[in-house]
Amino acid sequence: MEFLVAQILSGVSLGGQYALIAIGYTMVYGILRLINFAHGDVFMCAGLMMVFMCASLPVYVSIPLMLVLTVLLGFIIERAAYKPLRSAPRMSVMISAIGVSYLLQNVALYATGGQPQTYPSLPFVSGTVTILGASTHWVTVITPVLVIVLVLLLQWLINHTKIGMAMRAVAKDFETSQLMGIQINKVISVTFIIGSFLAAVGSLLYFTNYPTVIPTSGAMPGLKAFVAAVFGGIGSIPGAVIGAFIIGICETLIKGTSMTVFSDAFTFALLIVVLVVKPTGLFGEKATDKV
Amino acid sequence: MLKAKDKEARRGNLITFAIVLVLTLVTMVLENVMSPGSLLFTVIKKGAVYSLVAVSMNLLNGFTGLFSLGQAGFMLLGAYAYAIFMIPDAARDSVYYLFEGSSIHFSFQEMFQHLFGATGFGGGVSLVLGVLVAIIFAGLIAAFFAYLIGLPVLRLKSDYLAIATLGFAEILRAIFQWQTLGKVTNGANILKGYPTFADFNITNASGKVLFRLSAVVPILLAGICIFLIVLLINSSYGRAFKAIRDDEIAAEAMGVNLAKHKSLSFVISSFFAGVSGALFAMFATTVQAKVFTSAMTYEILLIVVIGGIGSVSGSCIASFLYIACSEWWLRFLDNEAYIGAFKVPLLRNGFRMVVFSIIIMIVVLFFRKGIMGERELPDLFRKRPKKAKKNVVEEGKADE
Repeated sequence: MEFLVAQILSGVSLGGQYALIAIGYTMVYGILRLINFAHGDVFMCAGLMMVFMCASLPVYVSIPLMLVLTVLLGFIIERAAYKPLRSAPRMSVMISAIGVSYLLQNVALYATGGQPQTYPSLPFVSGTVTILGASTHWVTVITPVLVIVLVLLLQWLINHTKIGMAMRAVAKDFETSQLMGIQINKVISVTFIIGSFLAAVGSLLYFTNYPTVIPTSGAMPGLKAFVAAVFGGIGSIPGAVIGAFIIGICETLIKGTSMTVFSDAFTFALLIVVLVVKPTGLFGEKATDKV
Repeated sequence: MLKAKDKEARRGNLITFAIVLVLTLVTMVLENVMSPGSLLFTVIKKGAVYSLVAVSMNLLNGFTGLFSLGQAGFMLLGAYAYAIFMIPDAARDSVYYLFEGSSIHFSFQEMFQHLFGATGFGGGVSLVLGVLVAIIFAGLIAAFFAYLIGLPVLRLKSDYLAIATLGFAEILRAIFQWQTLGKVTNGANILKGYPTFADFNITNASGKVLFRLSAVVPILLAGICIFLIVLLINSSYGRAFKAIRDDEIAAEAMGVNLAKHKSLSFVISSFFAGVSGALFAMFATTVQAKVFTSAMTYEILLIVVIGGIGSVSGSCIASFLYIACSEWWLRFLDNEAYIGAFKVPLLRNGFRMVVFSIIIMIVVLFFRKGIMGERELPDLFRKRPKKAKKNVVEEGKADE
């Protein structure tokens, strides 16, 4: 019983971390129809920045600084690598995204010298707590709460502000919204900024559970978060969050059995089943041209 | 007019063929003259393997318009199929020591050794035949799995197809690392002891190398496969693939069976990816599932992009350039250097890959057509474009 509670708790927490990344995927896809392969690596870079800054700065300075720098990174990537290709075929933009991911991984490899970097233990979130007899880190409790708060904020932003309205318009029809006077580049930049910010928050929570950060540690969470976004119906934020929680819980439960090697494979099997059986996902609205 | 054009095309093909032949011969000579440890030969071997897998990916992405990212998975299948069925029976116990021996007691090479003998000329014949059969077998295994995977996946389009194939590659990697299958796949441990390129060097009885062939063999094997792919692309099937790439609906209206041709392209591409996986196993001398990650597929995709999506010769040139840059030419960036007393900043282990990926980003962003665009090498040896233009004008007049 205690084992099961601990498993489900850490599954919920992992799912929450995936959810924060998945929102970035789903928002970018909703607007640009682009799978931003570099998103997982932005997440990894956020982790590395935290490692490097904590070495010389106090935690209360480095956390906000890390958030700002990650947001800046996401903004620069969009301006440098995706904006010049706005009128190019979709495949070119996707290849550019893969190129950015390759670049970020190599820069990280250079910066770390190939050594795994020990993630600093953050005050409060790294402490232990006992729930229903299962002892766990505070981060497992904080994550779901934080995710729900952030998602509610995001929903408010999208449904009740001017920029949110612009985002919805661009997602609905790229060209018409441009003709209506929406500054499309601004909207896209804001999307990337929100996505990177959430990924940075996610990295704070995610890497607390893991001892080290390596240049490839963003790739797998990135892909899984993307699967979560597809599972929930790409373009839908609540869908991405629910999909991420389901994937996180299932993955942790599988890791608790003897089939550990298949915890990654399960995610992709789920993806293929979803794409073949219900391509719009759980909450997807309309049939797009994916099938 | 048509005859003159044919003649020109033939001339271009002949020149290309001659260049490849000369380069192969030069490799053969150099290998026996220079020290065999030179990085040049690593580049040639790996470049040959990568050009085959890049061309196979180009067949799918560039000629059929199916954006698939499963190449590493099919290479993994090929590499394992080759390694498992080529490890000599005597070596199996030491390779599979964690699982107390393998459940498979069969190797293609030994099958032929029973027929032709294990030493001298017979040994050579059984090595060549064994490797060839094993390579084809590796391709067939990859093709069979591609057929099965293709049934559900090929209904998807563009980036969804990409993600689904990427997912399958990851699933395959997980299955091959599964300890329960350890008797066959050796779990997450390496497979080794099978014949590699170095075994093709001709030696005398005491093991002294008389004539080196280890760099020529991969060129020959990859060259034959690429030639077969080119024949396919120029056949009626190839034209159907291009029609699907350019406009699916129009192609279907003209009577091209979409499902059949997509599946055919996917299976053939995977066959050659499997073959190149087997060659990669020979190049690397060991096989381990963790090598065949999605990063490997990205690498191959970037090669295809640099060479030009839709150009076979572009993919080949790009893969040699790519391997040469990443393994050899940019290596100086990894070492600290001094100009006089001045220490050049930034140079440190890993800087090579940073510079390299920046170059790739520049190509992706500003030279989107890559080295060759959609042209092929033989096109470059035709008459000057100025004259060609004149020909076109004349043709147009004749038509009027």
